[in-house]
Amino acid sequence: MTEVGRARRRKEDARLLTGRTQWTDNLRPPGTLHVAFLRSPMAHARITRVDVSGARGMTGVVAAFCGQDLAAEQGSLPCAWPVTEDIVIPDHPPMAVSEVRYVGEAVACVVATDRYLAADALEAIEVDYEPLPAVVGLEEALAPDSPKVHESGNQAYTMKVTSGDVDAAFRDAPIVIERTYHQQRLIPAAMEPRAVLASTDGDSYTVWTATQIPHVLRVMLALTTGIPEHKIRVIAPDVGGGFGSKLQVTAEEVLCLLLTRRLGRPVKWNESRSEGNLTVHHGRGQVQRVKLAADADGRIRGLRVELLADMGAYLMLLTPGVPLLGASMFNAIYKMDAYEFGCTGVFTTKMPTDAYRGAGRPEATFGIERIMDELAAELKADPLEVRRRNWIRHEEFPYTTISGLTYDSGNYEAATDKAMALFGYDKLRAEQADRRDRGDPVQLGIGVSTYTEMCGLAPSRLLKEARYAAGGWEHGAVRMLPTGKVEVITGTSPHGQGHVTAWSQIAADALGVPFDDITVIHGDTAIAHKGMDTYGSRSLVIGGVAVLQACEKVREKARKLAAHVLECAPDDLEFAGGAFTVRGTDARATIQELAFAAFTAHDLPDGVEARLDSEATYDPDNYSFPHGTHLCAVEVDTETGLTRIRSYVAVDDVGKVVNPLIVEGQVHGGIAQGIGQALFEEAVYDADGNLLTSTLADYLLPSAADLPDFVTDRTETPATGNPLGAKGVGEAGCIASTPAVVNAVVDALRPYGVHDVAMPCTPERVWRALEGARS
Amino acid sequence: MPRITVTVDGITYEEEVEPRLLLVHLLRERLGRTGTPVGCDTSNCGACTVMLDGKSAKSCSVLAVQADGCEVVTIEGLGANGSMHPMQRAFHEEHALQCGYCTPGMVMAAIDLLRETPEPSEEAIREGLEGNLCRCTGYCNIVRAVRRGAQEMGRAVRTS
Repeated sequence: MTEVGRARRRKEDARLLTGRTQWTDNLRPPGTLHVAFLRSPMAHARITRVDVSGARGMTGVVAAFCGQDLAAEQGSLPCAWPVTEDIVIPDHPPMAVSEVRYVGEAVACVVATDRYLAADALEAIEVDYEPLPAVVGLEEALAPDSPKVHESGNQAYTMKVTSGDVDAAFRDAPIVIERTYHQQRLIPAAMEPRAVLASTDGDSYTVWTATQIPHVLRVMLALTTGIPEHKIRVIAPDVGGGFGSKLQVTAEEVLCLLLTRRLGRPVKWNESRSEGNLTVHHGRGQVQRVKLAADADGRIRGLRVELLADMGAYLMLLTPGVPLLGASMFNAIYKMDAYEFGCTGVFTTKMPTDAYRGAGRPEATFGIERIMDELAAELKADPLEVRRRNWIRHEEFPYTTISGLTYDSGNYEAATDKAMALFGYDKLRAEQADRRDRGDPVQLGIGVSTYTEMCGLAPSRLLKEARYAAGGWEHGAVRMLPTGKVEVITGTSPHGQGHVTAWSQIAADALGVPFDDITVIHGDTAIAHKGMDTYGSRSLVIGGVAVLQACEKVREKARKLAAHVLECAPDDLEFAGGAFTVRGTDARATIQELAFAAFTAHDLPDGVEARLDSEATYDPDNYSFPHGTHLCAVEVDTETGLTRIRSYVAVDDVGKVVNPLIVEGQVHGGIAQGIGQALFEEAVYDADGNLLTSTLADYLLPSAADLPDFVTDRTETPATGNPLGAKGVGEAGCIASTPAVVNAVVDALRPYGVHDVAMPCTPERVWRALEGARS
Repeated sequence: MPRITVTVDGITYEEEVEPRLLLVHLLRERLGRTGTPVGCDTSNCGACTVMLDGKSAKSCSVLAVQADGCEVVTIEGLGANGSMHPMQRAFHEEHALQCGYCTPGMVMAAIDLLRETPEPSEEAIREGLEGNLCRCTGYCNIVRAVRRGAQEMGRAVRTS
């Protein structure tokens, strides 16, 4: 039996389950100092005076600095995605010097011997602010008389792409539907708050940080601070979730590095959750105007999308590019004649936005899947039937979509049929009709979402076209040790995804060695020296392939050695079960024996090095395109507005699966996060730019009691673009589930004349939507 | 400064502590018991849950001085003789953890839940874990793990 495909229990678990963990906040080298940041209480203000002298004499305080103190050395936080030629990328000092532009922006810091004493000393810092007007709403920000976030104005960029004759598609169309959807801001809320520890020996620097991107961060820290890259080592120890929020180059990482350089001692910062809600980049934040033209039979003619995307106060690592990841996804799985996508990035005096699980694709999927339900309602047809009329049929793959992507494989019919059967679709529709007839105060709603997404971010050549500053390859290395054990070194940087287990499975098959004989090393730029890290459902489909290719190179090296040892031609050897056998004989050499032979090097053929190891860098030609059908049944109490999810079925096609247990876990977690957006979560700012949801008491993460059990299953249409046949699964659940749930809520309320409920669909919002429709 | 005596995972400590020191910081920063993490500052997430005199408590919401004379068991002291507690094993078997940050608190809360309800329904498990947040798993496998852990703990009780 092969290892790939097995539901292996994870190698990662034992340490995590017994508390033998290496969270950044657990690390405490001798002499470690603690940093606390004083943060702006104002959304927008000029800093007229900062006096840190009161803090300097306090017990335990080693140093205190304001932005001006660090101005000459702190640089500007990077934006790696200048999406248009004329984009405005404002200067973004890690610590504000003259102006603050969101509540929570750091204005001063204290370094002390103890975290309590550091916090105490913040109280002694004096800051004078001259208030400036907050800029909160996106439409308001673009009004000519709006106060400006930056001198250049409130528009970061605007862009438009068109494919086909959009005007013709809309002209005389029998059906035109136009809707505006709001993608509320979300707080990623990985369970581990951020933490940074930086230390120096006077020559070089080590930064331990709760990050998804140690390799990218190292490059960026070098470019930002001017410290030479080879003098910086970045280590991502155990990292407690990310969801995109730790795909960032943060002010605190830069500042801790500068502080250790100044003070010559280890410097550590650990954020509190309420600090994190304010200052970890937010996700989503869009106003979507979606307009769809269709024939009388429901066939889509054209789609027009116009986004306002909330950048927040600055452009961080990927901020402007996130909404554009949706540019090729609004057309989703559907065929159409014409498509137009426009997006304007808008500055506001709020925490910057950036990647959050799905990054641009959940937003796009929501827009199209919501309006597909509106189309079905207009036609008085079943929403799945309307989708069926429009989607790419399985025999049409590979298929180049209206937005220019080529989907390599898929079978929407198979996934939908399976989901409908598991869900009991027809029976639930019958119950729904019955409840409607009876006027039951608790109505049943059925929501569908037939999504796809682009995964495996990303082919480097396509990134160049998208004006992204880096590539999208991944690196893997494999070392056979003298005793036949194996070290796999990966450039991916897992923080919950189980790469240690999955990469072991890949290597076990490729080398024919036992699963338990493999260790996987990651997340330290001194050891895993090359990588592009973990985000965008890229790790398996790019990093996993790099590991596989490195194993194959090792195998070919071993073949040469085996031919020498067994005195035959390399082509006469068969490799199976971890051993080379001379075809037609029982002469054999195991890969472990060959590893030892390479180690002793007593009898190596000419030109063969004394090592059995190799590495590979893989850069895909295309994205991969997982898809699936999610079905959700909700019960909505029309008297109280309370929504309860009764059942949820997800059938996903993520291609070939390495570990079904891990895949299922990713789907579960994604669904829960998408439900969070649909029903519970919103980062709420008031008109003055204060974040009202700055704690987990105000920002509602779904708990176990809020969610049902999920029924998950798969169809398997292998990806054709990579040798694993895998498509990626990290974001699928949360891309699919948000529209499935909101479609279900709206479906329950449609007989009352409701055709939309803004997210999150809280009891109050549902109740108000009903009241609005009744009056 | 107040002097307290506290037993943590079977070892007795005498410590002088500031009255404001949180139990979780005593554990993590004084005693080096870093297995118990901190996930929030409003006692919503439950990542820091430990056993305090046999009952679960969020150690970010307990002052160290309040633990004077108490026995604390953390995730690090749960297993016996180098083997995992049945609940830890059940979490492993059911893939009930991903990043693992909520896991110590979740395991403690699950064990505490079974103290009062040895054979909980799915609903009782979900209600019982409401005070512990997980962002990775969607809770499905956690619920399965608690069920499995309950069965194995019940079997252990019956055969002892």
